[in-house]
Order: sequence, then C-alpha cells, then structure tokens
Amino acid sequence: MSETHAATAPRDLILAQRRRLSWPRVITSLAVPAQLRRFLSPLALVLLWQAASMAGLISPRTLAAPSTVLASAWELTLSGELPSHLLVSLGRVGAGLAIGLSAGVVLALVAGLSRRGEEVVDAPMQMLRTLPFLALVPLFILWFGIGETPKIALVALGATFPVYLTLFSGIRGVEPKLVEAGQVFGLDRRGLVRHVVLPAALPSALVGLRYALGSAWLSLVIAEQINANAGIGFLINDAREFLRTDIIVVGLLVYALLGLGADALVRLVERRALAWRPSLIKG
Amino acid sequence: MTDRTLRVRNLTRRFGSNTVLDSLSLELAPGSFTALLGRSGSGKSTLLRTLAGLDPAPAEAVLDLPRPVAVAFQEPRLLPWKKVWQNVVIGLEGRALRDRAEAALQEVGLGRHLDAWPATLSGGEAQRTALARALVREPQLLLLDEPFAALDALTRIRMHALVLELWRHHQPTTLIVTHDVDEAVLLADRVLVLDGGRIAADVTVELPRPRRHADPVFATLRRQLLSALGVELEEAA
Repeated sequence: MSETHAATAPRDLILAQRRRLSWPRVITSLAVPAQLRRFLSPLALVLLWQAASMAGLISPRTLAAPSTVLASAWELTLSGELPSHLLVSLGRVGAGLAIGLSAGVVLALVAGLSRRGEEVVDAPMQMLRTLPFLALVPLFILWFGIGETPKIALVALGATFPVYLTLFSGIRGVEPKLVEAGQVFGLDRRGLVRHVVLPAALPSALVGLRYALGSAWLSLVIAEQINANAGIGFLINDAREFLRTDIIVVGLLVYALLGLGADALVRLVERRALAWRPSLIKG
Repeated sequence: MTDRTLRVRNLTRRFGSNTVLDSLSLELAPGSFTALLGRSGSGKSTLLRTLAGLDPAPAEAVLDLPRPVAVAFQEPRLLPWKKVWQNVVIGLEGRALRDRAEAALQEVGLGRHLDAWPATLSGGEAQRTALARALVREPQLLLLDEPFAALDALTRIRMHALVLELWRHHQPTTLIVTHDVDEAVLLADRVLVLDGGRIAADVTVELPRPRRHADPVFATLRRQLLSALGVELEEAA
C-alpha cells in the first residue's frame, strides 16, 4: 500500500510541476515564433544600451548610442566611404584566401597522398602551425614592407594551416575498407583518389575551410592595423583619432557581418556538397 | 576455349611465425557453388582475400582464376557519397551505365532505389545493392565473404533465396565464406572445411533445392561438418 503510494507520488509531483511550468511557456510561444525568441535577449540588451546612452549614463566618447551607430552607418554607406573601404578589405581577404587555401590544399594533397610527400611536408607544417602566426607581423613588415603584401600574406598564412591540417587528416582517415572495395571493383589509383579518398576527406576539409575563414578575418583585423590607408581597419583606426566611437562600432559590426556571411556561405556549400550525409538527408 | 576452372596450387601464407595457409590446393568447377567453412583464424578470409587480389599471392603459388572477379563483403562497403546506382557501376566505364545499374538493381529488387543515398537503405537493402554491384560486372568468379553475417534472421533467409536465384541465373563460380554450417549446407553444392591452413574436409551436398533443415540428410551433413570443425553434438535420437 505504502509502496504504491511512494511510486505514484513523484509522478503526481512531476505532472503538477509540468502544469505549473507550461503556462508561461504557452504565453511566450504564442507571442513570438520559436526562431525569433533567440533574438529577444540581444534585442533587450541593445534597448538597454540605447536607454543608458540617452540617460547620459554612457558617454559618446566611451560608446556611441545604437541609434548614432545606425545613423553613421547609413551616412557612411550613402557617402560611398564604407563601400569603398569594404571593397578594399574584401580584396585583401579574397587574395589572401585564394593563396592560403590553394597552398593548404596543395600541401595537404602532397602530404596526404604520398609517403614521401608526408616526410617532406608534414614535419615543417606541424612545427610551423604551433607558431602563433600573428606573431609574425614584425617579420612580415621587415620582409614585405607596409604595403598590401604583408596584409595579404598574413591572411594567406592564417588560412593555410586549418585547411592543410583538416584535409590531411581527412585523407589519412579514409575508411580502408572503402578503399579496398574500390580496388576490387576496378578503380585505379587516380580513380580511388577521385571517387573514394577526396569525397571521404571533404567533410573534414570543409570544417577546415570554416576555420580558415575565421582565421582569415582575424588576420585581416590585425593586418589592417599596420599602416593601412584604406579598408575597414583603417576606418576604425581613423575614427579612433577623432574619438568617433560610432564609426568604430560600425567597423566592428561590418567585421562581424562579414564573418557571419562567410560562415553561412560554408554552410551552404556543406549542404550542397554533403547532401549524402544522414543528418542532412532528413533536413 | 578457355578453361574456366578455378585452380590454386601450393598457396602458403605466413604472418610472422603463424602459418595461415599451408601449401593449399583447390579446384572449383565452373559454375559451381562452394562454401568455405572454418573457425575464426582458420585462414578462410585470407584465402578469399588472395583470390580477390586484395592480398598478394606468393611467387611459388599457382593461381589460375576465372575473370572477372567480383566480391561481396560482410559489410556492404557502399560509398556513402555516391547514389545507389553510381555505387553499383563504380569502376566501370562505357555508355548506358545507369541502365546497366538499373537492370542489376531490378534483379535484386531495388529498381526503385536508383537515386537513393546509401545511408537511407536498410541493412538488407545495402547488402542487396552490394550484390547488384558484384553482378553488374558479370563475374565468372563470385566471392562472398560472410555477406549475411550482419543481417537479421528474416532478412538472411530472403538473401539466401536471392543469392541462389542470382547464381542459377548467371552461373558464376561462387565461393562463399561463412562460419554458419546451416548456411553452407543450405546454399552450396560442396562444402570445404579449412583447418590449420589446409582443407580438412571436402563434402559434397547432394540435396535437391529448396533444402529443408528438417531433412535427415541435412542433419547428417550438419553433424559431419560440425565434427570436422571440432564440435561434437549429442543427439537425442
């Protein structure tokens, strides 16, 4: 008797709790779609920031109000200043990524597909990757001066290692049984690389690509601190001279949006290229 | 005319001090269905891998194999990034590959899964795709490496029937490696028991198909083979 009572009591308790919890949840889910609910707290923070600025709690020298930031962004866009700086920055990232990604892919293919290639390439790459590449800035300035070259080189360097490491390990991580099956069914070495090894390494390489893009933005931010006379970094540095925190925030927002955009791009590529993966088939 | 008999002579394989195959000799008649039984470590997988060309044959061995060879492994080993039909014709060249894949897939009852991703197939469907991939090559020698071991019992029964039907239709020399005595007797016309790197028993199965476990001859063969494998059964009757 007491046993049955003990067994049912917790369940009643849980049901009661669930009933009590479910009311607020019903209200929020009615008011805002689930996807938008994530943005509620950031929005609240921005409103708080705006209110604090308007009340004079945050001085414009410390941080401009969100409304000022938006206004400045609009102004800079209309004047063509922001788009032209953006183009310069995008050009640097584009050139650096093109060089860095190609270098990473070529080195990973050489090291991944041949033993001798691994002996030659992998050891120095593993050593170099432990170096925080941003620490190379002084050396790059000595080597390449203060023009575009050190900026692009830094972006390229930042993008090379993630792609190299992930593609190399992806190639080496190929399921040997699949390679064996490919051999039995008549694939030659080239066919094995094309139909088995590279597709198997692709998921890992795409993760590397995402890291590479993140690393490229970071390199860009640092590189544009080096005596730039155009680009988003220049816009930020220039604004600092005139205590224009609003423009600094605009620059930071642009950096953030570029990063988000790059990430979304890789996700799109993943969805297309990895359509065969079980997790993506259902979605 | 080319002689399509499979001949192996003097095949020895050693891994370290361990002799896996001990100057093994073997002959399989064209179009025959043979099962290769053995305990784990008896060398049956090594023999099959050598016949498939996956393990190198030593120079002193004589291997005379019907070609082309096709293999179905214990796991389907489909490339997950290729659609079912592309998996079937992997490594093949020429025109109308999709049509050939479709014909082979229809034969194994998967005619409607041409464009499916392998990850969406059930275990039995994946293994049937693997069979289609083997068949589309019109093999003279079909090697099956415990292809049904990972399937559930009901699927396995269906796969047995399918394999027999395909074998009857295409008549490849077929060698199935298994550790399941029932499976061997159910499918094959000849059962070899491998022990210590040599063929320890060579039993002809002269039962008409479809075969039934309840058949007294089946039971006798079963006992005989189990005994060759070192398992003695105490029969009640």
